[in-house]
Amino acid sequence: MSIQVRNITKRFGAFSALDDVTLDFPSGDLVALLGPSGCGKTTLLRIIAGLEAADGGQVLLEGEDASARHVRERQVGFVFQHYALFRHMTVFDNVAFGLRMKPRAQRPPERQIREKAQRLLELVQLDWLAGRFPSQLSGGQRQRIALARALAVEPRVLLLDEPFGALDAKVRKELRRWLRRLHDELHITSIFVTHDQEEALEVADRVVLMNQGRIEQTGTPEEVYSQPATPFVYGFLGAVNLFHGRVDGEGVRVGGDLLPGTARADGPAEGARVMAFARPYEIDIVADDGADGGMAAKVSRVLSFGVTTRVELEGSEGQHLEVELTRERADALGLAVGQTVRLLPSNLRVFEYEEGAGI
Amino acid sequence: MATALRRRVDPAARFEARAATREAPWVKWALLAVALAFFTLFLLMPLIAVFIEALRKGWETYFSALVEPDALASIRLTLLAAGIAVPLNLVFGVAAAWAIAKFEFRGKHFLITLIDLPFSVSPVIAGLVYVLMFGAQGWFGPWLAAHDIKIVFAVPGIVLATVFVTFPFVARELIPLMQAQGREEEEAAVVLGANGWLTFWHVTLPNIRWGLLYGVILCNARAMGEFGAVSVVSGHIRGETNTMPLHVEILYNEYQFAAAFAVASLLALLALVTLGIKTWVERNAARSGPGAQDEATAP
Repeated sequence: MSIQVRNITKRFGAFSALDDVTLDFPSGDLVALLGPSGCGKTTLLRIIAGLEAADGGQVLLEGEDASARHVRERQVGFVFQHYALFRHMTVFDNVAFGLRMKPRAQRPPERQIREKAQRLLELVQLDWLAGRFPSQLSGGQRQRIALARALAVEPRVLLLDEPFGALDAKVRKELRRWLRRLHDELHITSIFVTHDQEEALEVADRVVLMNQGRIEQTGTPEEVYSQPATPFVYGFLGAVNLFHGRVDGEGVRVGGDLLPGTARADGPAEGARVMAFARPYEIDIVADDGADGGMAAKVSRVLSFGVTTRVELEGSEGQHLEVELTRERADALGLAVGQTVRLLPSNLRVFEYEEGAGI
Repeated sequence: MATALRRRVDPAARFEARAATREAPWVKWALLAVALAFFTLFLLMPLIAVFIEALRKGWETYFSALVEPDALASIRLTLLAAGIAVPLNLVFGVAAAWAIAKFEFRGKHFLITLIDLPFSVSPVIAGLVYVLMFGAQGWFGPWLAAHDIKIVFAVPGIVLATVFVTFPFVARELIPLMQAQGREEEEAAVVLGANGWLTFWHVTLPNIRWGLLYGVILCNARAMGEFGAVSVVSGHIRGETNTMPLHVEILYNEYQFAAAFAVASLLALLALVTLGIKTWVERNAARSGPGAQDEATAP
């Protein structure tokens, strides 16, 4: 089922949780709502589910306005961050709950309910835990039971609030892969909320980046990572180097140095105050031969384990910079701590200066 | 009680068994002696005295004191007052606890404070308030008299006073419990399609059942034992507006000691039964998960 969100606003007192948010979730996709805590992603998820009412705007489920529809009629499956399993019921009764609560006319006979709950427990590979209580399960097991319980009512949409937030790193990775596989089997439109960029990029078909109640960018993981639309997205997704300067011809002047850039026609005007971004692997290091071009920096650390070599440097204005080179390139340069080099960004992205934006 | 106590004492027993951590024997025995002496003198002896005094003139006098019409009337009235007050406060307590724990609204703290009012105010004052409101010279006195409704010095007054005094027990027990449990399970139930009533019945109530039962038991014990507030509004009309505690007082003032203690022994028995049920509830609550356990260990 497709979900559309139109001009949703939500305020909590003086705090604006969502500010005119409009989004499309195509049918069958697994979408990540990604952003720092307090950016409004969970609020948006709860509004789609109907657990929270928006102050303005519409939620369309399958093109139909759902604003007036009660939560229990929306046919959404919701997995809570802390699972919210019914603590006084066995795992089996938890999974069967949704079916047993149906109005008498729609309720399948008890035998069918039992079969279905059993099938769902097998789907999440925990049928051997059917008789246990939630307090006897590990975090990862609870998460999977919560998912099975949500799926029991055959929801048209699956909403997951920080599904892996409360798990340790190893379990989290496993569950991530497992969720992706499950989604590929079921093809149910799913939205999950996360603050972990790696999680979002790895699991989702599409990523929605949010900050301070607004959408910063939407796109495939590849798109948002390689073509960040705003300084915030640049800073939030992966390591990045930030330079403050002014537009100078085709480049950016930072202090006394000129960084070569790719000027765009719609870019900031000549002399405008800008922020320029480059990922660690988008910068090359050249020996300082007194020539102009690039930015002077002093090597402060060389980390050469793994496939690539990471070089930490101190810029001319004391800023911390990071460059990632291939082993061969690093060996050829023969970098030593304290050495002065010049940095040449190969892909510099320039944004108009914003107060408080970026990193 | 015994098993629960033994389980709790277990780490202490281990502590005691090790020579490195053991206290000198006299410390242990001195502490035990002080505690036991205090318990015997102030708790056990009065309790035994009630039964001894009640039976001093033999079983025949004992039973005749209990089946005497005024005594029976007082038992009936006590059961009636408790029978009305406990269900009322049960409903009120659940509603208030629900409102406070699950919703945000203005004046929440004021409501919490107000619930405690019957605990903080002397029961005599509580009784007087009802006399001032509904008595012949009270605010509503003339109107009530005109409509031939009697509240003070009649059964309705006794029920009102009992309700007032036992007001906080259930709510006080449930509020911290429900606050600790949060709303997520109910939200989960609603998303899964359960309506409000089913959610309450299948999710909310099972989660609070032991706390609720605990509150009801305490509420009932207080409702049957209340003296001060009821005494003020009762008017002490024999066979009509005397509850058991009031009946005991009247008999005692008339030097009918055996009869007074006979009725008192019923109240004492009630207390013992209450303690028994309370211990049983606490053990079950402790077993039924961490949420319920908090409430069982709270005073």
